[in-house]
Amino acid sequence: MSEAELLVTVRGLRIEGRSEDRWNEIVHGIDLDLHRGEVLGLIGESGAGKSTIGLACMGFTRDGCRITDGTIEFDGIDLRNISPARRRRILGRRIAYVAQSAAASFNPAHKIIDQHTEGPMIHHVMSVAESRADAIELYRRLRLPDPEHIGFRYPHQVSGGQLQRAMTAMAMSCRPDMIIFDEPTTALDVTTQIEVLAAIRDIVEQYNTAAIYITHDLAVVAQMADRIKVLLRGDEVEEADTRTMLAHPREEYTKSLWAVRTFAPPPKPPAPPTEVPVISVQNVSASYGAAPVLFDVSFDIHKGRTVAVVGESGSGKSTVARCITGLLPPTKGQILHNGTPLPPDYRKRSRDQLRQAQMIYQMADTALNPKVRISEILGRPVQFYTGLRGAERRRRVEALLEQIEMEPSEFYNRFPPELSGGQKQRIGIARALAAEPEFIICDEVTSALDQLVAEGILKLLDRLQRELGLAYMFITHDLATVRSIADEVVVMKNGEVVEAGPKPEMFTPPHHPYTDLLLSSVPEMDPDWLTNLLKQRGVENIGDAASARM
Amino acid sequence: MTTLLYIVGILVVAAAASWLFRAALIAVLPRPGKLLFRTMPLVASFGLLMIIIYVSAALFAPVIAPYGEAEVFDKFNALPGDDPRFLLGTDQIGRDLLTRLIYGGRNTIGIAFLTTVLAFLLGAIAGFLAATVGGWLDQLLSRTVDALMAIPQLIFALLLITIFGQSTINMILVIAVLDSTRVFRLSRAVAGNIVVMDYIEAAKLRGEGLGYLIFREILPNATPPLIAEFGMRFCFVFLLIAALSFLGLGIQPPLADWGSMVRDLSQFINYAVFAPLTASLPLMAAGAIALLTVSVNFVVDWMLHRASGLKE
Repeated sequence: MSEAELLVTVRGLRIEGRSEDRWNEIVHGIDLDLHRGEVLGLIGESGAGKSTIGLACMGFTRDGCRITDGTIEFDGIDLRNISPARRRRILGRRIAYVAQSAAASFNPAHKIIDQHTEGPMIHHVMSVAESRADAIELYRRLRLPDPEHIGFRYPHQVSGGQLQRAMTAMAMSCRPDMIIFDEPTTALDVTTQIEVLAAIRDIVEQYNTAAIYITHDLAVVAQMADRIKVLLRGDEVEEADTRTMLAHPREEYTKSLWAVRTFAPPPKPPAPPTEVPVISVQNVSASYGAAPVLFDVSFDIHKGRTVAVVGESGSGKSTVARCITGLLPPTKGQILHNGTPLPPDYRKRSRDQLRQAQMIYQMADTALNPKVRISEILGRPVQFYTGLRGAERRRRVEALLEQIEMEPSEFYNRFPPELSGGQKQRIGIARALAAEPEFIICDEVTSALDQLVAEGILKLLDRLQRELGLAYMFITHDLATVRSIADEVVVMKNGEVVEAGPKPEMFTPPHHPYTDLLLSSVPEMDPDWLTNLLKQRGVENIGDAASARM
Repeated sequence: MTTLLYIVGILVVAAAASWLFRAALIAVLPRPGKLLFRTMPLVASFGLLMIIIYVSAALFAPVIAPYGEAEVFDKFNALPGDDPRFLLGTDQIGRDLLTRLIYGGRNTIGIAFLTTVLAFLLGAIAGFLAATVGGWLDQLLSRTVDALMAIPQLIFALLLITIFGQSTINMILVIAVLDSTRVFRLSRAVAGNIVVMDYIEAAKLRGEGLGYLIFREILPNATPPLIAEFGMRFCFVFLLIAALSFLGLGIQPPLADWGSMVRDLSQFINYAVFAPLTASLPLMAAGAIALLTVSVNFVVDWMLHRASGLKE
């Protein structure tokens, strides 16, 4: 790799961001080298500055940021000090960018292929007809189903994974020297992620394109990158060859990142068979309007135990939660609470029935009212359900804050926007606890969080379960989480339960074929994992899996 | 050239006054207020100063005004500076214009404020209800509002005031109802984006009633756009009242108001060719309307900027 020509050289890069009417330095002097045809992985938690650095390699900053110091050289061109007109001739033509959410980055009003041909046309690389033919060729290489025609659809007519690949094709349209991938698979299911990862890796190799791959997922970066750079709050922690880095991380911080996936609480004894389950879902079917989404779903949740419901997006796992809470009355079947049926509609349930089943949401940002103080967010359910007022209410709220390991005097009067993502999620947990429930639904509670923060939340949930004997229904698509905290697992696909049972059974073969697909799709830290998996499955198979899911 | 000097002079005086006003506020107020006003831009300070002057003039009209509201003197059609007794001159029947301006502010601002508050109470509550409850209530309210908005506002207001009889109360009610349709549309749209949030779902699942949902969960998040709209609506109501008065259906004599003053004195503009100063008579009332409108919007813009900045 070292004998290859240097493409990008960044030296002493400093970037400031504006917040609360002040400029704060968010990137503190980063050096970065990228050779032709090399893939560099940038990893770090949110706030590490990885996206900001990625964009700066294009000579670009987001609104509210500015580059204050350092040099950015791209193939001998000083990207920091060239005119906007000259930079425009380079961006898109020689440097391309793939964003996290393809759905938000495509213009919904134009066909995919028309957006694809824009770049080559503007930069006079190809004519429209040539570019169209080339697009179809790229779609074929990226193993999109029906490459001849898929480009003539609108963005909403293809799946998320396909759209992400179409976006990669678009980035390739001018055959750039470098592509910056900003978390391109974070929003995708594990099974879809594999297809996108394989496609990106192949095409970057085929055209010898250099790439900067930004992600917070270590296992993913292990598959994609030749070299890895670890970032923490705008500083470089360490940089090394992928294999060296995985085998022998030098710094403590890197080691702690590597260790996150090992959280494993001691197993709990199985529930006595005669015990009445806290929540029992019995033969529930449901539909949105005329469209049926759930078919005959049954499972039990016992006191003090965690049932993980796993499946891809669209598998109906969140819909089950809506049926249990009564937001979506089932068309058939019933929900039993300690053996007595709950009214299907939440409006018909008594205050005590509502109290017993609480919910923690995926996006803590939208789950907490930004204009209401913590004291009221937690105090209201306390008062509403237990009738405590005044000083007693305050004491209870402070006790709740202590329970979730947050200092009452510091947080009692804060507003949610003043908290970090992990703190917000803790408040979400405390709000559920304020009702003193028997049962909590956790809907993807860790998927929006960094790994270290997510681990803290999982530990907290586990401790609370042991202290308070709570029953959890844990909705997730992340099998690493399931492996660490679940007691029982329910696998769902297309609104049906595919397989269900205690965790040890679920993680030992033989599996149902779908469970097997899910399990084998979870990226592992081994840099050869993707290569081996593709070999094992046969590359053609993956293309088939993609078309089967449409 | 002298005109230009005058304009520059006025701007400098205004800027200096705004700066002094802000400095005074920072010096006088306790800590939270200090922090608030330190970041206030000069135009907002100017707007705030003007609003305070207007409001105190309106409140203390009987003390400040040199004469009674309907007092008639033998000297009519006096131009500013003609007679030392009448600083800004007199109208066609000999009423002191300065007095009329001060009392006019009292009536116009008071009525416009009351009307806007009513319109907001009515429109915002109906809008939030429509967004939160949805279904047939939403349909009923929205279609009623559509029907009301389909008729040109001024003509509709004229029609309704004619039907219910001319009185200040009727005028306030009619304008409030007609204006609440605009507020309804805005608050329904704003609340529509809020009711889909998870925290609303959480409150519903807790078993909270409609009142708590609307006033404790939705309203705090809907205030910034509503405040902006309040500033705009206040000015529109103000202009509508002036328009109605101009047409003779608004505030009735002997009560003074700026709209009727513009109407009554408008023919003086015809003589401006011969004596430019005559044009100042109708323009004084018009200028009072314009200045207040601009001032209110300066302040509202600043509040909005702050509200959106906090969200960051």
